[in-house]
Amino acid sequence: MPYAVETRDLTRVFAGKKKHWWRKPKPNEEESRGPVTALDGVSLQIREGELFGLLGPNGAGKTTLIKILATLLLPTSGKAFVAGNDVTKDPFPIRQRINMVSGGETSGYGLLTTRENIWMFSQFYGVPSKVSKARIDELMHAFGLWDKRDAKVRLISSGQRQKMNMIRGFVTEPDILFLDEPTLGLDVNAARTIREYVMNWVRGQSGKTVLLTTHYMAEADEMCDRIAIIDKGKILACDTPENLKRMIHTQTTFRLEVDPLQDTSTFQRMDGVVNFSLRDDASKNRTELTFILENEAPVAEILSAITAQGAKVHALRKTEPTLEDVFISMVGRGFE
Amino acid sequence: MNTYWRTFKTAAWLGWEMDSNWTEPWLFVIYSIVKPVAGAFILIFMYVVIWSINGIPDPHSFAFLYVGNAFFIFVGSTLFGTFQVIQSDREWYQTIRYVYISPISYYVYILGRAFSKIVVSVFAVLITLAFGVFLLASYGVQMQLTLDRLPLFFVSLALGLFVLLAIGITLGAATFLMARHSQTLAEAVPGVFYVFCGVLFPLTILPTWGQAIGEAIPLTYWFEITRRILLPFQLNTGLAGFDDLEILAFLLVSTVIFFALSIGVFKLGEYLARRAGKIDMTTSY
Repeated sequence: MPYAVETRDLTRVFAGKKKHWWRKPKPNEEESRGPVTALDGVSLQIREGELFGLLGPNGAGKTTLIKILATLLLPTSGKAFVAGNDVTKDPFPIRQRINMVSGGETSGYGLLTTRENIWMFSQFYGVPSKVSKARIDELMHAFGLWDKRDAKVRLISSGQRQKMNMIRGFVTEPDILFLDEPTLGLDVNAARTIREYVMNWVRGQSGKTVLLTTHYMAEADEMCDRIAIIDKGKILACDTPENLKRMIHTQTTFRLEVDPLQDTSTFQRMDGVVNFSLRDDASKNRTELTFILENEAPVAEILSAITAQGAKVHALRKTEPTLEDVFISMVGRGFE
Repeated sequence: MNTYWRTFKTAAWLGWEMDSNWTEPWLFVIYSIVKPVAGAFILIFMYVVIWSINGIPDPHSFAFLYVGNAFFIFVGSTLFGTFQVIQSDREWYQTIRYVYISPISYYVYILGRAFSKIVVSVFAVLITLAFGVFLLASYGVQMQLTLDRLPLFFVSLALGLFVLLAIGITLGAATFLMARHSQTLAEAVPGVFYVFCGVLFPLTILPTWGQAIGEAIPLTYWFEITRRILLPFQLNTGLAGFDDLEILAFLLVSTVIFFALSIGVFKLGEYLARRAGKIDMTTSY
């Protein structure tokens, strides 16, 4: 039985901008001209019925992978199969079985009502009009959009548009659903509604597969059966959330909140420091440091190095490993 | 239901909703009447200026340009209707990626969207022609459409619209690879047709190379046969040596050629855009 999604050594390179003899490049423009490798030899197998997460920071290649699988973009090299069909050679049978929703965007035809927008897309998939209308009503109740069913899309909020697009994704009952950052920019309640609906949708019926990209660790941890961690176009690890966290269970995670530091290079040289990341919190004028340590021994040395710079330690706590810690342990920086 | 028909029907519905639903129905009706009538007044003004310069009234030339301009409404709106689909879905509505990945023929989707523009244009052309019947009569020219010429009129109209759609999609395929510059294309191409297809003046006024360009564009034959059907006289357009059926045959052959060409060019444009990652590109400018 073929995988729902399979990629073999998938690579995508975006050509850089062409140089024109008549136009002088602007300062710093040269750097952005070269080709960009968005995906670099990605090999993945996603089983039917799985809720699979692709976790990585912005620019890691998540959306590029989804676009290739959704037949929007051709790979530069390698192979990708969706429902056993080659994305390059057989896009049509793939399109009959998939759908896609991207978060954080406000797509939709403003002059149509929310219901009309969704109905129209269902017609492209050949869903009988009566069935489509019944499904739309049901989904609108589920996503809390019932009150806006007859509102023109131009008059609803961006969050409501996002919900409408989620309904568009489900109304065609796809076998494989690609969700690209589906909760991006949504309020807590709306995000929770979507997460719960997606989990119930996959687990409540057989044969449904979801590929979810996110940079929210908690979301991936909560929802996904398996997760692939991706960075700079490469898959760094792929396993269940528990197994990924177990990868660093022999290590210790400490989080510190300190005054802004001048020099952090000393931490990397310390014995026992596997990796660390820092994130500035401008609102508090503080820096949050996350250390992945072999054991607790280097903590004293770290604190000394901080205080030697005249900085104050405001908080220090030992934490359970998260998926972000796995990422930090691998690449030495966090997601933001 | 056949996928192509379903796609066409849904896309045409979407196009109609967007073209007609932007205001109150009564305002839409008024707009649909006032716009072509205002266009007709521009033609009258042009004619009056030429008349005053030459000092001699020339109702035949006026009838020639009037009918040409009435049917040119189809050209502008159909070409714009095909050009702007990709651009508007990509930049304004940001829906192109979801339409594109649905199991439809995107080519047929564009045809459907453009069809709604044609329907809107039909009103404008009919109103312009109806206004013209009275207007031209006052200059002594009787526009006519006899029953025996009706089949020829509808066949040529259908072919003219088909070839317009084919030209629109052929050129529109380029918009897969273009940013907002496609707007320029949508304005420039009808301009070329306006000059070289005998809309405003007969081809014989153009230099030889200009006439050759005009004769290579199928729309020239459509305007020619439409005038032959509607007007009781012929100006020397350079196509006098061909009878109606020969003109219709030119139109038919060129329609078939342009349709085949449009499918090939569209597939190429789509492939190149998918390879370059431009299907759903947004430029933010």
